Amino acid sequence: MPAEFWYGVEVLLNGLMAGVMYSLVALGFVLIFKASGIFNYAQGVMALFAAQTLVGIQTGLIPFSHLINAMLGTKIHHFGWNVPTFIAILITIGIMVLFAIIVEKLILKHLVNQEPIILFMATIGLAYFLEGFGDLMWGAEIKKLDVGIPQGGNVWVEESTAFLGGEDFYGFYLDTLDIYATVIAAILVTSLILFSQYTKTGRALRAVADDHQAALSVGISLRTIWVIVWSIAGFVALVAGVMWGAKSGVQFSLSLIALKALPVLMLGGFTSIPGAIIGGLIIGVGEKLFEFLIGAPFLGGATENWFAYMLALIFLIFRPQGLFGEKIIERV
Amino acid sequence: MNAIAPEAYTTEDGRKIGGVVMEMKNITLRFGGVTAIKDISFDIREGEVRAIIGPNGAGKSSMLNVINGFYHPQEGEVWFRGEKRGPMKPYEIARQGIARTFQNIALFKGMSTLDNIMTGRLTKMKSGILSQAIWKGPAEREEIEQREKAERIIDFLEIQSIRKAPVGSLPYGLQKRVELGRALVAEPELLLLDEPMAGMNVEEKEDMSRFILDVNDEFGTTIALIEHDMGVVMDISDRVVVMDYGAKIGDGTPDEVRSNQKVIDAYLGVAHD
Repeated sequence: MPAEFWYGVEVLLNGLMAGVMYSLVALGFVLIFKASGIFNYAQGVMALFAAQTLVGIQTGLIPFSHLINAMLGTKIHHFGWNVPTFIAILITIGIMVLFAIIVEKLILKHLVNQEPIILFMATIGLAYFLEGFGDLMWGAEIKKLDVGIPQGGNVWVEESTAFLGGEDFYGFYLDTLDIYATVIAAILVTSLILFSQYTKTGRALRAVADDHQAALSVGISLRTIWVIVWSIAGFVALVAGVMWGAKSGVQFSLSLIALKALPVLMLGGFTSIPGAIIGGLIIGVGEKLFEFLIGAPFLGGATENWFAYMLALIFLIFRPQGLFGEKIIERV
Repeated sequence: MNAIAPEAYTTEDGRKIGGVVMEMKNITLRFGGVTAIKDISFDIREGEVRAIIGPNGAGKSSMLNVINGFYHPQEGEVWFRGEKRGPMKPYEIARQGIARTFQNIALFKGMSTLDNIMTGRLTKMKSGILSQAIWKGPAEREEIEQREKAERIIDFLEIQSIRKAPVGSLPYGLQKRVELGRALVAEPELLLLDEPMAGMNVEEKEDMSRFILDVNDEFGTTIALIEHDMGVVMDISDRVVVMDYGAKIGDGTPDEVRSNQKVIDAYLGVAHD
């Protein structure tokens, strides 16, 4: 095989791993959409907020220190300790659960039986509020997130694949962080699917997604279910936030990864967890291969920015419900 | 024999009717300026098939919604198992042992028949969310136990062949049966059926009547049902409440109700002069 072929394979592998990162974000959307029919615009900001909180706790930042300093004229910033990563993650999960409870109490509870568009608007408001709140709490500067996952090219993969190509081929260049992210995402997705298919709470989640009134009549508390769903979505946001944050720093642009999730959702379908994964992979591989084969040689590059949306638009024409989305057929 | 006797009694076909399970006292329900239910009182006794009938718009469904907590009446009291019920959420009432079906079928259309019926067991399952997440020990045992209960109901209602089918794709009559199964599997003390035979053909109606009687007979479930088809109701119920324009116009055994002049007027119309 010529070296070019193996470069192509390397692009493909990197595309798959980028796709996993997109899937992680898309997953949060799907969970909430399935359980409550809400398109949660705030999912990206939730990832940012979770990552900010994790860094803040880890490095011992004092919450609201800027606000406190401005009001009292003090100059406090740090507690002066570092919290071990594992404990910081547990505390952050606790905060995301608390966030879910607050969202349910302050927003969802009052909007039961409202039109989807109203709920969507509420999540837009929530997104902007949370963005400001996160900055106020932890400061707006770019933070480095280190959860102990090594970064950079994986030497082992590179050396053990070098024999594939000829003289010019040095083995696949894969980022270790991406490899970790792939494994973590795979575990996360498998457990979420098993949870929703084979446990009573999972069944209750699906029941609420399907019909609120019927769910109430069999004894399911909508509010409890919503808190659970938003907590899980918060947890997924944390995982996505950690992976993206470790990659490119914790900063405002992290919340924009939500935009990358949109084409993934169009492709995979808004209601399918496997769809979010497959959609993410197709987009990841598609944009990398398109750039490698067509974009860079013929179109002057930078096609990755728009390829996903174009693919999603073309896809919408042929399968509006997405690859795995439910096709709604009403009996007349 | 007087069906409204205060003591427990045995019906002609050998079923035992016990004391009062549920009592509605002077219920009044308004929606803005419209009074859907006007000062209605009646009781439901343990083990009986109690029907609420009346022309369209008489307030029958509203009454059922009051019993299961979708509506809260402005006036009156609801007594269940000898206790006055405070303002409760529908899901809390479901957990107390009151299950129901809906006039327009409210099933989880994307889920299979088995999954739909399993949701009826949710309130009976106790394992915590963490042990469910790892699906081991109590959670696994519980799931298997509940599954057995669900399969028993599936056999009982003769819907084995559609166990895995998504209910959205099933014909209307079968969907009604699945919905009955979901209510039944919760082992309710009181089962509310909102027009269980609406939109069915004669054969399906006969099937459904048979299932309702079998449920009452085999499980001893107390049943309150709504119908506007007089014929069916009279055959299967022990006592009947008749409503018209939100008010109660008759209450008694099918025979008593049939000969009640007000009921005849409401159903056949009356000449106003």
